[in-house]
Amino acid sequence: MKNAAYPIKPKRSRWKLWSIYIVLFLIYVWALSGVPLEGFKETAGQISKAIINGLFSPDWDYVYLPEGEDLLRGLLDTLAIAILGTFVSAFLCVPFAFWAANNLSKGVILTQSGKFMLSFVRTFPELVMALIFIKVVGPGSFAGVLALGLHSIGMLGKLFAEEIENIDLGPTEALKATGANPIQMLWFAVVPQVIPGFISYTLYRFEINLRSASVLGIIGAGGIGTPLIFAIQSRNWSRVGIILLGIIVMVTIIDMISSSIRKRIV
Amino acid sequence: MIEFKQVSKIYPNGVVGLDNINLTIKKGEFVVIVGLSGAGKSTFLRSINRLHEITSGEIIIDNTSITKAKGKQLLKIRRDIGMIFQSFNLVKRSTVIRNVLAGRVGYHSTMRTLLGLFPPEDKKLAMRALERVNIIDKAYSRSDQLSGGQQQRVSIARALAQEAKIILADEPVASLDPLTTVQVLEDLKTINVELGITLVVNLHSIELARQYATRIIGLQEGRVVFDGPVEQATDERFKEIYGQPFEVKNNEESVNLPISH
Amino acid sequence: MRKALTYPSHTELSSMSMRRKKHVWTALFLILLFAWSLWQTESSLLDFINGFSNMFDLLIQMVPPNWAYFDNVVPPMLDTIRMALLGTTIGAILAIPFALLSASNVFKNKALYYPIRFILNLIRTIPELLLAAIFVAILGLGPLPGIFALGIFSMGIIAKLTYEATEGIDPGPLEAMTAVGANKIQWIAYSVVPQVTPYYISFVLYALEINVRAAAILGLVGAGGIGEYYDKTLGFLEYDKVSTIIICTLLVVLAIDYVSMKLREKLL
Repeated sequence: MKNAAYPIKPKRSRWKLWSIYIVLFLIYVWALSGVPLEGFKETAGQISKAIINGLFSPDWDYVYLPEGEDLLRGLLDTLAIAILGTFVSAFLCVPFAFWAANNLSKGVILTQSGKFMLSFVRTFPELVMALIFIKVVGPGSFAGVLALGLHSIGMLGKLFAEEIENIDLGPTEALKATGANPIQMLWFAVVPQVIPGFISYTLYRFEINLRSASVLGIIGAGGIGTPLIFAIQSRNWSRVGIILLGIIVMVTIIDMISSSIRKRIV
Repeated sequence: MIEFKQVSKIYPNGVVGLDNINLTIKKGEFVVIVGLSGAGKSTFLRSINRLHEITSGEIIIDNTSITKAKGKQLLKIRRDIGMIFQSFNLVKRSTVIRNVLAGRVGYHSTMRTLLGLFPPEDKKLAMRALERVNIIDKAYSRSDQLSGGQQQRVSIARALAQEAKIILADEPVASLDPLTTVQVLEDLKTINVELGITLVVNLHSIELARQYATRIIGLQEGRVVFDGPVEQATDERFKEIYGQPFEVKNNEESVNLPISH
Repeated sequence: MRKALTYPSHTELSSMSMRRKKHVWTALFLILLFAWSLWQTESSLLDFINGFSNMFDLLIQMVPPNWAYFDNVVPPMLDTIRMALLGTTIGAILAIPFALLSASNVFKNKALYYPIRFILNLIRTIPELLLAAIFVAILGLGPLPGIFALGIFSMGIIAKLTYEATEGIDPGPLEAMTAVGANKIQWIAYSVVPQVTPYYISFVLYALEINVRAAAILGLVGAGGIGEYYDKTLGFLEYDKVSTIIICTLLVVLAIDYVSMKLREKLL
């Protein structure tokens, strides 16, 4: 036959492809076997309709109530939690960042232990942290602040450490040559180089913290989440609608402000 | 057969791309379009398969107007016109054979091509095309593992697998070294002679144009300033038209600019 | 261009002092912001010291972890992984049309891709726990609302990242497929898809990493997985069990991260 001379598809790639398919298939069989996929409530359709109706006819009166506990105060509370949590982590993570950065002449063990600490804190969900802090300081905004603050240290510390690792070591050497002590070297050669990066990452973290802060209230750690979960539980969908709208507007505005500042810095 | 009837193209910013072009390219011709950068060569070529829209006039391919064609009809006309690009335009992560088979999609239903179920004849056709350009041994290699010249031959194979009656080539050798340049142009010439496919090729180099073309069309500011067989395309004639020696070597940088010292 | 050896001019000096003024104002603004948020959240600096030190006491109660409880933790932990997997899958499938419709080099119609991008942005502002709470209200307690919430949430992430990657692909093959006479679907399948697929898979894996973390807390609103065990054990002040759950969560998160990272390295 004439086409016998043509190369045929290499067997190895075919075999590889099939093994990937089989592994994927097994994973999905396993995943689907464990999840009870029945048990739809019969009212699901009705409730969905009610939710959509509620979302499109938000309860505007809730925006401001003279006696308190309204949307604006809830959002301000959320914003304050995010701001304070970000402040706390931005300050507390700096020593960790220097600890974990590998270029400022320290041992490998020290650096690695710092990196491990940060990644440990990072994998810990902030809501679990908030639950624990509620046990410690009682329910309320403050537990939320502490949870956000501690959780963000993990991520900010990592980003800050990377920023420190990327600096140009020339100025440090120059200062060393003029006889500066380590603190002076840090202040005049390292700090000016890392500040823009630090600010940018802090703002980025602030955007994330704001989203987190809006759900902390669901478990009782302050902010707009508390009235939201009450509204959901009491099926007050038009109130859910206005709160969701409020969150979306706030998050969008803060994102816009924050990203415009970040663009100007970098 | 490709017919240009009073074809003009004016870009939205007012730049004239093509200016009242009237000509006919007959079946089996090897036409090379020459001209300086910005003379409208690329616009000319891309208006043939309507990758660029023209603003007035009409282009007729084998007695069907591509200018007026819509939907499926346009796709069918395009299917019969292969195209080769300066930067090869292969999907670099895909295998060579898949890139060649991509030329066949116009012949099959959407569903079939989505599943990649090409009939055995198509695969044979693709292999034969690769054989013709001498890279059959690379059929199952990833395209980005090939050299520039090899990639360009894959894109020729794609046009061949497409069973195109016309092949357009936009600066097919501008990214290649002199040696592979010759190989690619030889491939195109063979296709033209042996399969009778009409070729319309943009080139910077008048030298190469003379070597391979049967007919040369010179463009300047979107107008046809020369159209004739190779024998008439002499240096003197081009100096007359362009007011300077058109070019010396066969790469882009060497297009001579007016000397001003 | 400024010459090297000139003294700062008058305007430059005044711009320097303006910059200093700006810095002072920024610092003042930040201090005010800090003070306001302390007041708004009814907290003080002393509270911080107390808070973190109380936290320390609680951490001590967490060791040693209750290893016997491990057997109880494993099944809900596996459920959590299942939820993350299925949620990511739903998100990955839903993301495909959204990503393609948002990419300006695939569909050139502004009236199409701007509204779609707007919807994507909206979805990404809603935290997954909120979505889960709403889905629980619709579907009742269990992992199903959790899966849907994760699906919608990760759809937003995957679609955004994928459309941005799509806009960065090599336009050459797109033009080539137009020239070949492919229809729109064939054109996408043969020029866009092969170029974007490795990025897309990488984003899906990234979403899986995020979803495993997210799935671990969805139980707090009754949407299945390990989350409700946090609530239960903390409610009974069983801190040794809490630490068992935490360790288990961390192990799973780290394991998934590791596998996902290795796969992504292979892809790109």
